[in-house]
Amino acid sequence: MTDAAADAPILDAQGVSKRFGAVVALRDASLRVRRGEVVALMGANGAGKSTLVKILTGALRRDGGTLRIRGRDQSFGSPGAARRGGLVPVYQEPSLIPDLDLDENLRLGGTPREPFHHWVRELGIPDPPMDDPIRHLPLATLRILDLARALASEPDVLLLDEMTAALPTDLVERVLKVVREQADAGRSVIYISHRFAEISQLCDRATVLRDGATVGDLPIEPGVEEKIVTLMLGAALSPAQARAREATGPATTGTPRLRVRGLAAGTKLADVSFDLHKGEVLGVVALEGQGQDELFDALAGFRRPGGGTIEIDGQPQSFRHPADAIAAGLTLVPGDRAEALLSSRSVRENIAVPYVARPRHWGPIAMRREGAQVAQAIERLQIDTRAQGEVRRLSGGNQQKVTIARWIAGGVQTLLLFDPTRGIDVRTKRQIYALVRDLAAQGASVLFYTSELGEIQAACDRVVVIFNGRVVDVLDAQDADEPMLMRAAYGLTAREVRA
Amino acid sequence: MSMAADQPSPAARIGRFLRDNPVVTLLILLALLVLLLQVLRPGIVNERWIGNTVKFAIPLAMLAACQTLTMLTGGIDLSASVVATIAAFVVATQEPQVGTGLAIVLSLLPAVLIGLVNGFGVGICRVHPLIMTLGTGLIGTGCLQVYQRGVIATGSVVPASLEWLGTGRTWGMPNALVLFVPFAVILLLAQRRTGFGRLLYAIGANENAARLSGVRAWQVYFGLYVLSALIAGVAGLLYVGLIKAPSLSLAEPLLLPSVAAAVIGGTSIFGGRGSYSGTIVGALILTVLNTLLTLLQMPEGARRIIFGGIILAVTALYARLTDQG
Amino acid sequence: MMRGLSRNGWVLGLVGLLILLLIVTKLIQPSFGASGLESVTRAALPFAFATAATAVVVIAGGIDLSVAAMMAVVGVTAAVLMEGAGVTQTWLVVLAVLALGAAMGALNGALVVATRLPDIVVTLAMSFVWEGVALLILKAPGGAATPWLREVILGPIAPGPVVSLIPKSLVVLAVLLMLVWLPLRRSRLGLSIYAIGSDATAAFRSGVSIGATRVAAYAIAGVLVAMGGLSVTLSTGIGEPIPGPYLLAAVAAVVLGGVVLGGGRGGLLGPIVAVFILRIVRLDLTLLSVDPNVTTIVEGTIMAVVVMLGGILAVRGRRA
Repeated sequence: MTDAAADAPILDAQGVSKRFGAVVALRDASLRVRRGEVVALMGANGAGKSTLVKILTGALRRDGGTLRIRGRDQSFGSPGAARRGGLVPVYQEPSLIPDLDLDENLRLGGTPREPFHHWVRELGIPDPPMDDPIRHLPLATLRILDLARALASEPDVLLLDEMTAALPTDLVERVLKVVREQADAGRSVIYISHRFAEISQLCDRATVLRDGATVGDLPIEPGVEEKIVTLMLGAALSPAQARAREATGPATTGTPRLRVRGLAAGTKLADVSFDLHKGEVLGVVALEGQGQDELFDALAGFRRPGGGTIEIDGQPQSFRHPADAIAAGLTLVPGDRAEALLSSRSVRENIAVPYVARPRHWGPIAMRREGAQVAQAIERLQIDTRAQGEVRRLSGGNQQKVTIARWIAGGVQTLLLFDPTRGIDVRTKRQIYALVRDLAAQGASVLFYTSELGEIQAACDRVVVIFNGRVVDVLDAQDADEPMLMRAAYGLTAREVRA
Repeated sequence: MSMAADQPSPAARIGRFLRDNPVVTLLILLALLVLLLQVLRPGIVNERWIGNTVKFAIPLAMLAACQTLTMLTGGIDLSASVVATIAAFVVATQEPQVGTGLAIVLSLLPAVLIGLVNGFGVGICRVHPLIMTLGTGLIGTGCLQVYQRGVIATGSVVPASLEWLGTGRTWGMPNALVLFVPFAVILLLAQRRTGFGRLLYAIGANENAARLSGVRAWQVYFGLYVLSALIAGVAGLLYVGLIKAPSLSLAEPLLLPSVAAAVIGGTSIFGGRGSYSGTIVGALILTVLNTLLTLLQMPEGARRIIFGGIILAVTALYARLTDQG
Repeated sequence: MMRGLSRNGWVLGLVGLLILLLIVTKLIQPSFGASGLESVTRAALPFAFATAATAVVVIAGGIDLSVAAMMAVVGVTAAVLMEGAGVTQTWLVVLAVLALGAAMGALNGALVVATRLPDIVVTLAMSFVWEGVALLILKAPGGAATPWLREVILGPIAPGPVVSLIPKSLVVLAVLLMLVWLPLRRSRLGLSIYAIGSDATAAFRSGVSIGATRVAAYAIAGVLVAMGGLSVTLSTGIGEPIPGPYLLAAVAAVVLGGVVLGGGRGGLLGPIVAVFILRIVRLDLTLLSVDPNVTTIVEGTIMAVVVMLGGILAVRGRRA
């Protein structure tokens, strides 16, 4: 901050913006990295971290803003160009080709051998076989190999996206040590992570993103966690959302509607247990990729669990197909609307799909009765049907209402809502909270995952917090304000409890 | 919400109109072609010519129904022409032995069988419909050749009723309309007003979303490919009544035009979009185009190039139009 | 199930099956020897090239349904140009049709990239176009292959007790495929072809140009197709404008040969061995005096079952 020449940033992105159709992913993102610096890039889910990373590494083109590398204006047209410009990323999903062996992967990327093997040894994994397809190797090994490959190309700026996510503890230590040494040797690192412990150990500064804009740039020092959490939350605590709750909560005794015990699925969902009662809205809070996707997929019959049990009204269940889950009253509204919508079909056809799903309903449709049911659902959700010919012409909020209406029209028992308010307007959000409460009041059960922590108090009775595939906290929604949830989701409460 | 605000470009507006009203556009195109024909050969367009055009368009439109239905789910049925040929050949060779009624029943059995195999391959094994139906088509052809050896002595007779249906006319209009009009009406109603029809669109638009709504897609695929094969079989019966000479490659020349008719008619090869009404006009357009190409003495090779080019260009055009939203 | 077998395990199994089938053939017909082997290999030649072409495109994550039609174009072009041609002219024709193959393949690939339509749609439409082109060049079978060039694939490499067992056509096949495949497999382009088929996103992030690689894969397939078309004309002596039954056979051999539909996995050896397996099955059925039409059915059924099994394995693989 004193000597301008020595402190000249090696990477300087200012006012970067990016839109995807109507969705604004980045408004005004700025990031400055100096030589030999490790900068943490932080932000809550959907703050725009991954979009910024993709723009920096040439995988996406920015709409506006500037990017200067070593003081010169740059625009990388492809990841290859970014690599040649000295910017090398290590993504969460390894960018090694699964069907090629290691030798071929290195040749494809033009990676020099000697340095690569040096870094593999340095990172402390046994020398991997050179002539076996990459896909046979475990994920942790792949990520280390990807990192070694990146280091071998001697980058000026190394971009690490959740580098330690799939690694065992000893490897995490190694990675942190190697990265720190790199920085001390004059290389720069952009470090994206949810783990405060690592950030305070490794990083010099933290740049915080919120809603697609840079909202803060802090030096790492003791007690900075609280400041970062506050920055990530912003002034989101709008009192209008925190609603007065009726004094009598739902009955949480007796046989629960949905009982989940020790559920595991895939590599991320390790061991999750909870009860969801009749008339209850149970919130789920987790950072990205903590196993919540797998949890909802398993409950909806999309994926077979690797372990654990699912009971409905005391009856153990085993779903082979979503149709089984639906028959048991479990209906899913997935996070990605595109996954649930027949985008080229009308609102009516979208809402009425479940009625005709079974072969015994393949015959002529009772058009009038169907029309009435659909109209009722549209009415209840207040769907704007001016463009009902094709649902893809509806606004995001109305599309989301259509995916929910599909299950309302037939009568709800247990609704699984996965981040139903992502990317939709405030008015629609409020309508969805009201609908959820309304359904619960009529005896339905709702499991409500959200990436917007404020929604927990607006819509839920209780909340479970998942971290690393396990439930780390169960709270009463009234006590669960955003800072508390944020700390819990980052695993900070657990640490405090230990301390 | 935003759609009212932005003013689309004229090209985009025309594009949207084309996509939303393919039938109107196609009818205009059809009229232009007929006009061109009349200019090239004045006096050719008369009642007799119209009757003939309709007569030849009907079997094509029925085979194109197979393509339309399968394409709604993002598939295709390349075994349709073989199924039609088999049905035609079996009915003509069985007629002398078992009579018309039973011969028709026997002729549709291979259709059901091939449909079931297609349904199994596409629905359960998840083989791409194109590969699967190409394969069953080849197997079907082989079976037909073996069958032909077995019945070589019996000779063949096209049933009189099929001949009446295929070639006869009443008040100048072909009798085939007796079969085709109810068929088309049922199909047009079924695609929007039956659960099965809805599911074809649903699976084609987004199979994952359909699964999410509790649809077991394999059931639909089984039903669809059996239905498609049955329609192809009936089309073959009609066609043999028209051609009056069963052969081992009877309906083969209709395969490519049947795909083209569906594509021209606005059915998306990716699924989820299209209607049989467009296909019917598409079949008429192709029949008229065929007359035109014959008139111009266009060689067979050039015709195939034109048909292939049409399929590619129209698919690309529709894909572009739908991208614009 | 497949995972336990290494890459080479599958191919070794196929080779074992091939040897077993050869022994069975010898048992059915004790006189089966050099000439039998020669005719099988020669008949397999066009299938082998069509299969190799299909394999390259499938490895790159696409599929080319116009293989048989392009072979017809090359075959008739060669037959028309070679009729009465001298030595120099013949070699020029060979070079010209190889270039023609590459150009047709590149056009297929470019259309796939430019229209952004699925490979299967574009190449289906193009198969009609190429069929039409072949018919325009020759309406009915005609033309002629240069006689001395035909000798290149006829008969054994040399008389003699052991060497006479090796047909020239096998040597031609092996040499040509190695000439195309070995340099490719080791080059960055070859790696890129595997990469875009295996994981397009990862390939893009590794700096591979996806569009260019795809066009290149189709063009290489076009060259192999041209070799296939030439071999048809050379072995029959005339040009045939109607496409032969190579498409489905090629897809089946590719799947049987361990190349995964969807891309990224497999090589050329497996599919080529699979071609010979399918040809010898056909030969054995003929030797057992099964009706040739029944043979067609059996063959078609084997291919359909192979493709369906491949599909089921792919579904399993995705779930696992």
